[in-house]
Amino acid sequence: MQRPAQILIGSVTALVMGAGALAGAGSAAPEADGARPPTVTILPGLFAYPNPGEFLRDGHPVAGPTTLVSFERPFEIMKYQVSVADYEGCVDAGACRQADAPRLRVPNNPITGVSYLDAIAYARWQSERTGQTWRLPTAMEWAFAAGERFVGDAADIENDPTNPARRWLSLYERESARGRTAAPDARVQGSFGTNTKGLADVGGNVWEWTATCYVRATLASDAPEVVSRVENCGVHVVEGRHRAYMSDFIRDGKSGGCAVGTPPDNLGFRLVREPRSRFGLAGLKRYLRGLATPATD
Amino acid sequence: MFTRREALMGVATAAILTTLPPFAVSAQADEAVINALPRVKVKLVAPPFVHAHDQVAVGGAKVVEFTMTIVEKPIILDDEGATLHAMTYDGSVPGPLMVVHQDDYVELTLINPDTNSLAHNIDFHASTGALGGGELTLINPGEQVTLRFKATRTGTFVYHCAPGGPMIPWHVVSGMSGAIMILPRDGLKDEKGAPLSYDKVFYIGENDFYIPRDESGAYKSFESAGDGYEDMLKVMRGLIPTHVVFNGAKGSLTGENAMKAKVGETVLIVHAQANRDTRPHLIGGHGDYVWEMGKFANPPAKDLETWFIRGGSAGAALYTFRQPGIYAYVNHNLIEAVELGATAHFKVEGDWNDDLMKQVDAPRAITTN
Repeated sequence: MQRPAQILIGSVTALVMGAGALAGAGSAAPEADGARPPTVTILPGLFAYPNPGEFLRDGHPVAGPTTLVSFERPFEIMKYQVSVADYEGCVDAGACRQADAPRLRVPNNPITGVSYLDAIAYARWQSERTGQTWRLPTAMEWAFAAGERFVGDAADIENDPTNPARRWLSLYERESARGRTAAPDARVQGSFGTNTKGLADVGGNVWEWTATCYVRATLASDAPEVVSRVENCGVHVVEGRHRAYMSDFIRDGKSGGCAVGTPPDNLGFRLVREPRSRFGLAGLKRYLRGLATPATD
Repeated sequence: MFTRREALMGVATAAILTTLPPFAVSAQADEAVINALPRVKVKLVAPPFVHAHDQVAVGGAKVVEFTMTIVEKPIILDDEGATLHAMTYDGSVPGPLMVVHQDDYVELTLINPDTNSLAHNIDFHASTGALGGGELTLINPGEQVTLRFKATRTGTFVYHCAPGGPMIPWHVVSGMSGAIMILPRDGLKDEKGAPLSYDKVFYIGENDFYIPRDESGAYKSFESAGDGYEDMLKVMRGLIPTHVVFNGAKGSLTGENAMKAKVGETVLIVHAQANRDTRPHLIGGHGDYVWEMGKFANPPAKDLETWFIRGGSAGAALYTFRQPGIYAYVNHNLIEAVELGATAHFKVEGDWNDDLMKQVDAPRAITTN
């Protein structure tokens, strides 16, 4: 797995690095058959990544720190969310559980009504039948690929250590104002357009599972440094129009209960394809370079 | 899983949040004063028993420390082997009864070991603010948290897990509820203010369970709680429980585990139901003094045959046994008592009182002249 370098910074303020990293634009791979879904290559680049999870400082919840992340190698991610037809192939092969029935089951719609567990079962099947390695993106990869459509957690939450209720009231007002989508039914792939990196339907009405576990971390009193963290890998980060945290077995975002945010309209996913091999010469070089990069996610 | 937003559960709570009780405004606790109070540590015991406590408080207000460890574990609900992936406070269904006095501070350390798979919290109906403490106690596997609240009101109160949205009923019908009893500092009193006391206290937690069945009608078993979630939610939405039981399983307070008392002994029965209405009845006995709603600031009702415990509350009934024998303590929806499991037994030793009851003429053929 790619291990981007990252530095913790206190705010979203841009921090210029000496490295020649460029903002990564995407390039689309040629359209392919069902076993080889269309993908987009996300080029190396630098971005400010608001960390998912819950963060406490001196016992009080605070906005999560933002990390400056440098993706030093490209990665390949599905252009579209996995479709109903794709997923049903996995169900027919006996490798995936039937998804919760949507009102409309259109083959070219993104699959919805799937849990994290369903998504990793699909990734396993997709890997086996193609001989390639397919997996869920990390929340960091997803955020980078989402580009200008990335939302994350809201940071403008009122925080008064002497009165915790101010935070709850502020969150409540924000959530009430957000409301739910007028038309929550999934729409045919591509309905929500593509972002500047070429990914389709980012931030549409299907939220996407990621491989990143929910975490609660305690920050140092005087720095954005994490002094302790507890990961709960029974809950994963879900990204979309806003960030949410869902238990792995939840298939319906509406009723599933999430940690933060208005419930997602629908739960789906897209996958990342790992580079072919680390044992070719180029792969070996990548591997050695990977070892030299601090592993942080 | 859990969301503080979903935990708000809509408009009703919004109203509560915006209508702050007057005494809560800018009442900063004087930590120095609280820190100077005596502290006592209580070791909780599993129901139907209750930890040792004074009925009349000795001395002034205290900080009473409790520790509860959340245990996720499978439990068997009946003799058919129906299995629930239970979520428990301190390993028991229901969670243990905590007892303090009014004006004491309850200080609970809640531990969610990393062997568990789910996030949990605790909502004390007895406490004030933060969704009953739920907002301040949500912990992942591998975390612990300590909450302090002041026992401002007397009575028996439910506590339960409330981790947000549909996780709330699911955790509750998976066993995650219990009760706390906050006694008046000078003890219980009758309707005229005369003191009442008990020789024994029994604590009965009633649970409704919703176990999915397969096509043949047999109870389904699942590898984990999460695996069974979708199926259980479907049964829950039908609102018809497959089990209504006391103390976590059918028959758990009968036979060898029947509660024991003697003629002349006064027993306080605390009955908690976190989710669904129930109607306790002591077959062959009564409720001498009953706090149906469980709140001791109200005078007890007297001489009740059956009392009503609203879902989401705990009540208390005081009774002095006057005859020996076996008493059934049931939810007097008798279908629930007999078919679904809500029956407990008291074994009472002592001398029979002919004045109260006597079989004047034993059964025999009907006289026909």
